Amino acid sequence: MQYIKNIKQSFKLKNNINYFVLIALLAVLIIADQFGLLGRSLTGLIIKMGYSAILAVSLNLVVGFLGELSLGHAGFMCAGAYIGCFFANYMYGVIDNKILVLVLAMIVGGLVATVLGFIVGLPALRLKGDYLAIVTLAFGEIIRNIFNNTSSETFGGAMGMSTKKFEGTTLFIITLITLTIVLFLCQSLIRSKHGRAITAIRDNEIAAKSMGINVTYYKLFVFALAACFAGVAGVLYGHSLSTVRQDAFTYNYSIEILVMVVLGGIGSMRGSIISASLIVYINALLQNNLSGDMAEIKQAVYAIILIIVVIFNNAPALKKVKDKLSVSNPAKKNKNPETIHDDEVDWRRVPTKIPMDEVLTANLPNNDEAESDTAEKGDK
Amino acid sequence: MAEYLLETKNLGISFGGLKALDDINLKIKKNQLYGLVGPNGAGKTTVFNLLTGVYKPTTGTFYLDGKELTGKTQEKINHEGIARTFQNIRLFNNMSVIRNVMVGLHNQPEFKCTPFASMLRLPKHFDTEIRCREKAKEILRIFDLYEERNNLACNLPYGKQRKLEIARALATNPKLLLLDEPAAGMNPNETEDLMRIVRRIRDEFDMTILLIEHDLKFVSGLCDELTVLNFGTTLAEGTAEEALNDPEVIKAYIGG
Repeated sequence: MQYIKNIKQSFKLKNNINYFVLIALLAVLIIADQFGLLGRSLTGLIIKMGYSAILAVSLNLVVGFLGELSLGHAGFMCAGAYIGCFFANYMYGVIDNKILVLVLAMIVGGLVATVLGFIVGLPALRLKGDYLAIVTLAFGEIIRNIFNNTSSETFGGAMGMSTKKFEGTTLFIITLITLTIVLFLCQSLIRSKHGRAITAIRDNEIAAKSMGINVTYYKLFVFALAACFAGVAGVLYGHSLSTVRQDAFTYNYSIEILVMVVLGGIGSMRGSIISASLIVYINALLQNNLSGDMAEIKQAVYAIILIIVVIFNNAPALKKVKDKLSVSNPAKKNKNPETIHDDEVDWRRVPTKIPMDEVLTANLPNNDEAESDTAEKGDK
Repeated sequence: MAEYLLETKNLGISFGGLKALDDINLKIKKNQLYGLVGPNGAGKTTVFNLLTGVYKPTTGTFYLDGKELTGKTQEKINHEGIARTFQNIRLFNNMSVIRNVMVGLHNQPEFKCTPFASMLRLPKHFDTEIRCREKAKEILRIFDLYEERNNLACNLPYGKQRKLEIARALATNPKLLLLDEPAAGMNPNETEDLMRIVRRIRDEFDMTILLIEHDLKFVSGLCDELTVLNFGTTLAEGTAEEALNDPEVIKAYIGG
């Protein structure tokens, strides 16, 4: 009873709006599909949006909340996709229920990626900023190359491994449900005491240590968790196609995931989902509309769109409008102090969003401070 | 129960060829307000860094409540009961005031909750969160920060940031509180206020406090005993009056 009371007490609609929107979206899509309104290409696009959103949300844990730059996310996805699909291929002979096999494969792929995330997390404890980015980048490439050099009996090598392509409707329902679950797990983590500890490490690692927070533990945990979700996304990816090929997981893809996170606002889960969908949509749009010789300039158009979005996102005029519209604008609240509400468990106020311009200067907060301290240490 | 809460024996550290600290012997009794003074570069903050595990001492040992803590990690030392504030304020700037204190409460056994319980929002999660928030509010009330609890820490005025840092350190439930220049940059009124709060912490929480300070008026008004450092060695120790009137100390401060 106390549990239900606690939930009621801490439940705020605005904190949970993401889930409602996702579930409503899922319902609408299922109904639309029943009436045959969704074509094959559209379901394919939704699936792609779904697993991209999972990737963006999980990378946001590392980049946005832990404050470490990881460029190896596609590598974890690759491992999850290969191992998960390999497992699934084997299991189809044992279990009849295809959905059950997919769920099991997602678990296996996630676990394998978790182990890899743990291994990458170990150097992450010693490295910072650019150095960590390079290590993760190299690691992602290593995983990809390992699968590239396997024989055709196991993982198919350069030709790719054949998987069972799932039927569109089933897969997009599973993908969206998985996205909802991943979002729930990530947001619950961030809004708990552990999320506080993680953001504390990002804000000021030295102070966090002096507060007795086990920095090692949390860094490893976040790395492994993000890798796990990437692995799950990889399995979904593998089942949306009939072959998994390693060249889909180059570092370009890692950077694309990073772009999704940065564009959506570092530390904003909702932003990650929206920008992931948007980028997937833009990519699909460009691919469909620029054919023949024009296909060459696809990347350039894509880059220009990104640059425009980033610039406009930071335009002062737009910021003003956003501030005016925003309900959670702190400046507005401070005007009449009596409206400061007693936030029992107001998780919305987890202040995690680093302003975009701070990110763009590539000087993450407190990095220089921490470095000067380690420099002092190095002197001895 | 050891005679002294904190005891350092021949504590010293050298950075390469430079002996930053040599042969420091502090003896701090329980519930004492102990001062550490000295000119710039005397090694006061280095003492703090040794006691909190930021640096590992090259010579000597130190004991908290009879338990040796030499060479332990920062986290471990905090668990054992030493909390500190920093000379240049190190708050979690992007978090609200109350959250800063809640981070301090992170390791308290009564607010234990595994990450998996939190991720699945099990009953334990809600229970600990709500109790933790209440406790944090309680601490903020003591420091007169309750009204500002939802503001971002970086938006607080300087004096309040100092207070918040002390509140956060106190939230880790330490046996020994290390304050690094708590009155730096404060006006006389704020300093006065801070002195009251430090005394109150000592009395209400039965706390032992070791503080570094340049403001000799602040130190002599507050501390029971103090140690004067200069160039990494102990110059004088004893009660405030004794130590500050020591001819060596006067020489170090004014020259001559």
